[in-house]
Amino acid sequence: MKTMKPIHDPHIGHRLAERFQAYLLNHVHGLLSSLGRLSRTPFTSAMTLLVLAIAISLAAAFYIVVANLQQMTGNLQASNQMSLFLKDNVSEAAAGKLAEQFRQHGGIESANVITRQQAMAEFKAHSGFGDALKALDSNPLPNLIQVQPKHALDDKAAVEALLTELRQIPQVEFVQIDMQWVSRLQAVMAIASRSVAIVGVLLGLAVIFITGNTIRLELQDRRNEVYIAKLVGATNGFIQRPFLYAGFWLGLIAGVIAWIIVTLMLVIVESPVEKLSSLYDGSFELMYISFSEFMLLLMMTSTLAVLGSWAVVHYQLRQIKPQ
Amino acid sequence: MLTFENVCKRYPDAGEALTDVSFHLQRGEMVFLTGRSGAGKSTLLKLIAMMEQATRGSIVFDGQNITRASDGKIPYLRRKLGLIFQDYKLLNDRTVFDNVALPLIVSGHGHQEVARRVRAALDKVGLLGKERKYPLALSGGEQQRIGIARAIVNKPKLILADEPTGNLDPDLSAEIMRMFEQFMQVGVTVLIASHDIKLIHRLGHREMMLDKGRLVSA
Ligand SMILES: Nc1ncnc2c1ncn2[C@@H]1O[C@H](COP(=O)(O)OP(=O)(O)O)[C@@H](O)[C@H]1O
Ligand SMILES: [Mg+2]
Repeated sequence: MKTMKPIHDPHIGHRLAERFQAYLLNHVHGLLSSLGRLSRTPFTSAMTLLVLAIAISLAAAFYIVVANLQQMTGNLQASNQMSLFLKDNVSEAAAGKLAEQFRQHGGIESANVITRQQAMAEFKAHSGFGDALKALDSNPLPNLIQVQPKHALDDKAAVEALLTELRQIPQVEFVQIDMQWVSRLQAVMAIASRSVAIVGVLLGLAVIFITGNTIRLELQDRRNEVYIAKLVGATNGFIQRPFLYAGFWLGLIAGVIAWIIVTLMLVIVESPVEKLSSLYDGSFELMYISFSEFMLLLMMTSTLAVLGSWAVVHYQLRQIKPQ
Repeated sequence: MLTFENVCKRYPDAGEALTDVSFHLQRGEMVFLTGRSGAGKSTLLKLIAMMEQATRGSIVFDGQNITRASDGKIPYLRRKLGLIFQDYKLLNDRTVFDNVALPLIVSGHGHQEVARRVRAALDKVGLLGKERKYPLALSGGEQQRIGIARAIVNKPKLILADEPTGNLDPDLSAEIMRMFEQFMQVGVTVLIASHDIKLIHRLGHREMMLDKGRLVSA
């Protein structure tokens, strides 16, 4: 005989609340116990975490290095300029007059004369050939005008036109423009940032496979448990949960370790970079991984790790059938 | 409660383990499944537990045709069953409490409910007070009682026991059988596979005998 439950069973609401609570507790418990499980096999976990962290830090390091180089080349664009080497017979006064004319020119932002003495002094200071240069009895350097075009890189045609115009001036021996190597550098940077994406995808796949394999071994270890859970009515969803949590922790912790590795790496290169920066008038400052980048990194690594675990567990659970 | 209709089970490259088996179990019945080793007793129980699939025929349990239950439905159907094995199938790295609690946790019961029901089940099998022990620290008879507590904790409609006393001495076996009789008395259907003919005859419940995969008496 079935007994009909009254519709307004006062216990139903309470039971539902308790079940919901149980569901949440289950998740929290699963999350913590899977962390506990990782710590119970510290050696294996540490190995996996380290391998994951190295893969992640490779990608993150490559990314941050390219980001820094981009920032550096960004600064170079602004200082892009043309150097007009004047003929030997052009005096300093004539050079000053020429520069004054340039300043009136519509395509030119600024023009500065660097006299042969100034050029020599600077060369002595920075080249390291100071002593050798003392042996010279005359100054071989020409007078020089540095010209900064307006909208330097916005309009290549305009810069080219200006270049041709300057070359035709009789006092000018030759014009050197920084733009060619800047645009070459930019092309290299474009390749580098695309490589970051490719390397990122490859190392992301590595994270998926490494975690997947670790979880596969864990699942094999706990085959008996899985089998018995199935016999007492556990759904695949219930069984796979702790494995997904384990994957989550692996991804998250490996992400944090990778961040530490990359940050240490940046700390190590900071002082040589500062030296380099001083050569560029201190316009360059080393960028570290920002907080939002760090959060994004953790999100990506834990998501990829969960994905790897899911793929393995989802597939393998269907293979484990009670016999 | 449970109906087999012309059920056949053929294992790939092992011939037919069950041939044309038909029977019906009433609610609250206690039935023994007997027969020699290799007669097909375990196979019959595995079909009910959906651990194997029938090759032909149909199996209806609790009003539902479970012959080809989908992977998605099987867990929910299994929650209406209590399974007991000759080798107990316990988790030896978990306490008695955790072992018995497993079916409840798996089906999402709350903490207090789990604790209450586990204690009730352990009380029924006489293991109250051993919750914190590990299975291997207990005797064979006690381990089987953990298995029985786990099978009844979810209030199943049908208990399936495959040679539950196969590893136990006669006194312990009789004690376990008395326990099954108590479950039967509260309305649970019990199906026990066993070849301990003497003990079975003494208890005097319905017997079904298998011989080479055929039901020869029901
Ligand atoms: N998984 C299996 N694969 C192939 N043959 C099997 C399998 N399980 C059982 N059998 C065969 O089916 C027959 C019945 O076995 P079983 O149901 O275990 O009998 P019982 O439990 O009565 O001893 C036997 O001949 C056995 O060899
Ligand atoms: Mg058997």
